[in-house]
Parts: sequence; structure tokens; C-alpha cells
Amino acid sequence: MASNGNSTVSGVVKWIDHRLPIFTFMQHETHDYPTPRNLSYWWNFGSLAGIVLVIMIVSGLVLAMQYNPSTAGAFDSVERIMRDVNSGWMLRYIHMNGASFFFIVVYIHIFRGLYYGSFKPPREILWILGVVILILMMGTAFMGYVLPWGQMSLWGATVITNLFSAIPLVGDYIVTWLWGGFAIDNPTLNRFFVFHFLLPFVIVAVVFLHLWALHRFGSNNPLGIDAKGPQDKIPFHPYYTVKDAFGLGVFLIIFAAAVFFFPNYMGHPDNYIPANALVTPDHIVPEWYFLPFYAMLRAISFDIGIPFTGIVIIEAKLGGVIVMFGSLILLALAPWLDRSPVRSARFRPIYKWCFWVFALDCIFLGYCGAMPAEGIWPLLSLFGTIVYFGFFLIVMPLLSVMERPKPLPASISEPVLKGGGSLAGATAKPMEKA
Amino acid sequence: MSDAVKGEAGDGEEHGGSRRDFLYLTAGAMGGIGALAVAWPFFNALNPAQDALALATIEVDLEPVEVGQSITVQWRGKPVFIRHRDRAEIEAARDIDWETLPDPQSDSARLVEPPPPEQTAAVAAVPDADFLVVIGVCTHLGCIPLGQKPGSDKGDYGGWFCPCHGSHYDTSGRIRKGPAPRNLAVPEYSYLTPTRIQIG
Repeated sequence: MASNGNSTVSGVVKWIDHRLPIFTFMQHETHDYPTPRNLSYWWNFGSLAGIVLVIMIVSGLVLAMQYNPSTAGAFDSVERIMRDVNSGWMLRYIHMNGASFFFIVVYIHIFRGLYYGSFKPPREILWILGVVILILMMGTAFMGYVLPWGQMSLWGATVITNLFSAIPLVGDYIVTWLWGGFAIDNPTLNRFFVFHFLLPFVIVAVVFLHLWALHRFGSNNPLGIDAKGPQDKIPFHPYYTVKDAFGLGVFLIIFAAAVFFFPNYMGHPDNYIPANALVTPDHIVPEWYFLPFYAMLRAISFDIGIPFTGIVIIEAKLGGVIVMFGSLILLALAPWLDRSPVRSARFRPIYKWCFWVFALDCIFLGYCGAMPAEGIWPLLSLFGTIVYFGFFLIVMPLLSVMERPKPLPASISEPVLKGGGSLAGATAKPMEKA
Repeated sequence: MSDAVKGEAGDGEEHGGSRRDFLYLTAGAMGGIGALAVAWPFFNALNPAQDALALATIEVDLEPVEVGQSITVQWRGKPVFIRHRDRAEIEAARDIDWETLPDPQSDSARLVEPPPPEQTAAVAAVPDADFLVVIGVCTHLGCIPLGQKPGSDKGDYGGWFCPCHGSHYDTSGRIRKGPAPRNLAVPEYSYLTPTRIQIG
């Protein structure tokens, strides 16, 4: 432990550290921790996600103290938070927009991992833990959206919980079990509140595992090559603490702009109508961060069976559910689908383009998901779904064999020490602008 | 664990080894059963409680429902659609080859016959099974289909249309187009009189 404070303090610290080496640990993992010297701003989003998680937990705790998890009181208690509770409006808008920003940050973090091959050996478990965090986040966000008990809360929950009825044989029992009744009602709202409260702490635990796995081999970097020695790394503090702090400042400016000037931009006006079990809104849309998955769910509108026999193996509904969950499972399997030894897309001329097609496809799917399931949209969703699955199941395995990567630099520090700085900087200029 | 395995592999007749295995397995199994037995009440606590299970039955008077009119009643927290179909709607439901539908069911299989007309005077109000009674919950993902109010979208087959994911139901509540796998469910109901039904 750095002991530049007064000696009594450092004495106490030493006494504790001898018995519980927590200070040594912190020093090791957050101070000295050797980090590749060439990380770009795309590497800010991991720590940013951690900070947003803290913002969500703190704002959520305070909101939970004012919220009433019953169908009779939920909607009104949220309005009370907005009108009567001191700073309640701000806390709720922080929490509400924080969810959206959490997903923005995490999605960028995931795309960064896909572009620079951060999922490749030896970081497979790190990557899978990340997908686990994403799935937990999706569950938490979904249940959180139910709590205000507006029209979108009720009907979004109805649609999503009904997904489980697609499971053969036991599906309907599972749905009844999830609901604790025959429709979404008070028991459902109560348990969703409990899980919405619980899951963030599970996320914290998985984040710790994620960091543990990260610190085993350290961060990947824009070149995607391993550090050859100490000259390739710099201590985390102050170099990356200051870089992360700067990124955090930029993030907070944008976040505050949303909270204070367009807090409802990413929400849906129908959720300010109290839940009504007898009227479905004309157009149910989930929150924007679920839209690509929602589009894939709706893309399968046909039964899958043996042609010309009329034998149905997978009903359309189950097909949609399999495709939706499959899209997440494929993400987790990326380390085994992409066997190319080159991590960074900078040195993979074909993969680079495929990556951007995939990224655009995700945005395209999101757009399809927001559109009504009529006319051309189901077909376009199907097209987008095929591109999504094609990226993982065809492009990744094929490119592993077929693509001829560009020559890799000898080391991370080589271009820097040669004085050019051209390789790390120039080749990816469009990427560096965060 | 490794001791037990070794004992078994080393000598089958050695009673010490196999006895230890036996104890290990039975103790483990009992522990497992005990854990499951304790887990069950926790799992089951999430199932519908007795008050939710207490089956509500409702009675609906069909007499005021005019031909072409639809009403919605709430039963077990779900909407039940009751439509007094006109001739054209009944013919549309019957003049098709129902065996080719996604969820093959004939129109008459989806109706409960009212008691024979001679019993009461209100005969004329109800000719043969004009009333269609279905649970108004889309079998895809549980939205409430449109088509109950005059002027609302009844879909391509004149029945109901679910706006969530574009399922079209016909005038018998059968799925004709879209992602829903099954026809709108017919609740358990019976005619108390020719113009009065009990649902549940």
C-alpha cells in the first residue's frame, strides 16, 4: 500500500492489510494493474457500464422506498413520486433514462468486443459472463418496466410472459406459475418488484466474476495482439483512471441532457395510461433496447415442418421464441464460431465489412421491431434475422478459414517507439472518434 | 468420492468398500430428496393462490345483444367475447374447408347448442347457435384482439384482428393468418335458458 499519508493511518492500514489483504488487492487491481498502452476510447465503456450500474442501484433504492407494489397503488405511487416526493421527479427520470443509457453503453461495449475480437481465447469465459450480465440486465429492465403499471407495462409483460407458453407440454403451466394467477395481476406485480430489486445485486456479483476473468489476462487492445513485455503496458492509475474519468464526464453531460431536457424521449406515452386488462394498446412496442430481439421474435410467422406432409415440428410461436433466445446464445458462442487467430478487425479486411453489415443489421432489426407487424415488415424482419444468424453461423466460421489477414505488428509498443505512431493511430481513424 | 470409487473398482467382494458406497449413496439420495421436498413449497408458493383458484362463474344475459353486436365480459380476469353473428358471418364461418385451417375445427364444434326452442317463449330471439363465445385472448402472446367495437379492425376474415403481431381470426374465432398457433379458446359454458349462459 502506498503510504504517503500520516503514519498512524498507514499503521492501521498495515495492521488490517496483514490480516485481510484488501488494500494490497485494491492497489494491485485498480492502481498498478498493467494495462495495454494503446487502448482507445472504445475501452471506456466497460467502466462506464459499472458506474451506470451503481447509478441505477442508488436511484432504484431511493425510489423503492416510495413505491407501492400493488395493482391498486402502483401507478398512483409513481405519480406521487413525480409530484410530491422531494426530488422524486429527478430520481425517477434518472432511473428511467439510466436504463436506456445502460443499454447504450453495454451495446457499444459488446460491439467493441466483436470488432476487436475481445471474445477470443483466452477470454471466452470473460465474454460468456458478459452475455450472462446482458441477459440479467434484460430481465431486470423488463420487470422494471412493469412496475409503473401503465398500459405498456401490463401488455408488454403479457406478451413477454406468454413467450413461455410456446414451450411444448408444460408451457401453459409455466405461464400460470409465473403469473401466480390466470392473468397478469397483483401477485405478478409483487414478484416482479421483488426480482427487479434482487437481480441488480446478482448482476453486481457477476460483474465481479467478469472483472476477475478480465484481470486474469488483462484487457484486449485495438491491435488485438498480446503484450510482449512491460514496455507494452502502463499502470491503470493514473493513465486510465483519468481517461475513464474524462469519458465519464462526457457521458454525464449527455445523460443529464436527457434527464433534464427530454426525459420521456425514449419512453412510450401509452405507459402514462393506467393499466387496463380489457384493452390492448393498438400497437405494443417494447422499450427500444429490446426492439431488435422483438423483430426476430415476430419474424418467424410460419410453422416449420416436413414439407408436403403437413407435419409441424416447430410451431411459428415456438420458432419465434427459439430464434429470439438463440440470438443471445449465438452471441455467447462467438468464441467457438470465429476461429480466426487474429483478434482485431483492423487486420481482417473481410470481417471488418461483415462486422459493419452486422451492426447495421442490428439497427435495421430495431427499426423493424418498432413497426407494426403488417405489410412488408414481417418479411424485412425475416431478412434481418437471416443476416443476424448468417453473421454468426456462416460468416464467422467461413472467414476463420477463408480470410487472409493483414500482417500483424510485432508488438503494441513498436509503432509508438518507432516514432511514427501511424499504425495504431492512422489505420483506424474513423473508429477512434468516440 | 475417490475413496468410494476406488473401493468399488478395486474389489467387488470387499464388503467395506461397497458398504461405504451404499451409505454414501443412500445418505446422498436422502439428502437430495429432502432438499427437493423443501424446495417444492417454495416453488409452489408462486403458483396461483387459493383465492385466485376459487373459480368464478358468471352469468350473461344474451337477450339484449342484437344481431351483429358484440359484447365483452370479464371472466377470471380475462375478456370473453360474445358475438351475435349475422347470417353472412355464420355462412362465412361454415362455407370453408375447415380441415385445411391452421388449427382445424368446424364452426359447430366451437359452439354449445342452446336448449331446444320449444321450451320457452323467447325462441325467436335465438335461432340456431348464433352466439359465438370465445376467450378474447390472442393465442400468440396474449394480447386482446380488436374487432369488438363497431368500426374497429376485424381483420381479413371479418372476425378479430390482433394488432400486436398481426393474427387474423375468422367469424368463428379460428386463426386464419398470422403467428398465433391456435384458435381463440372457447371457455366452458352452458345455456341456463335459451337466452342466458353461464361461463365457468
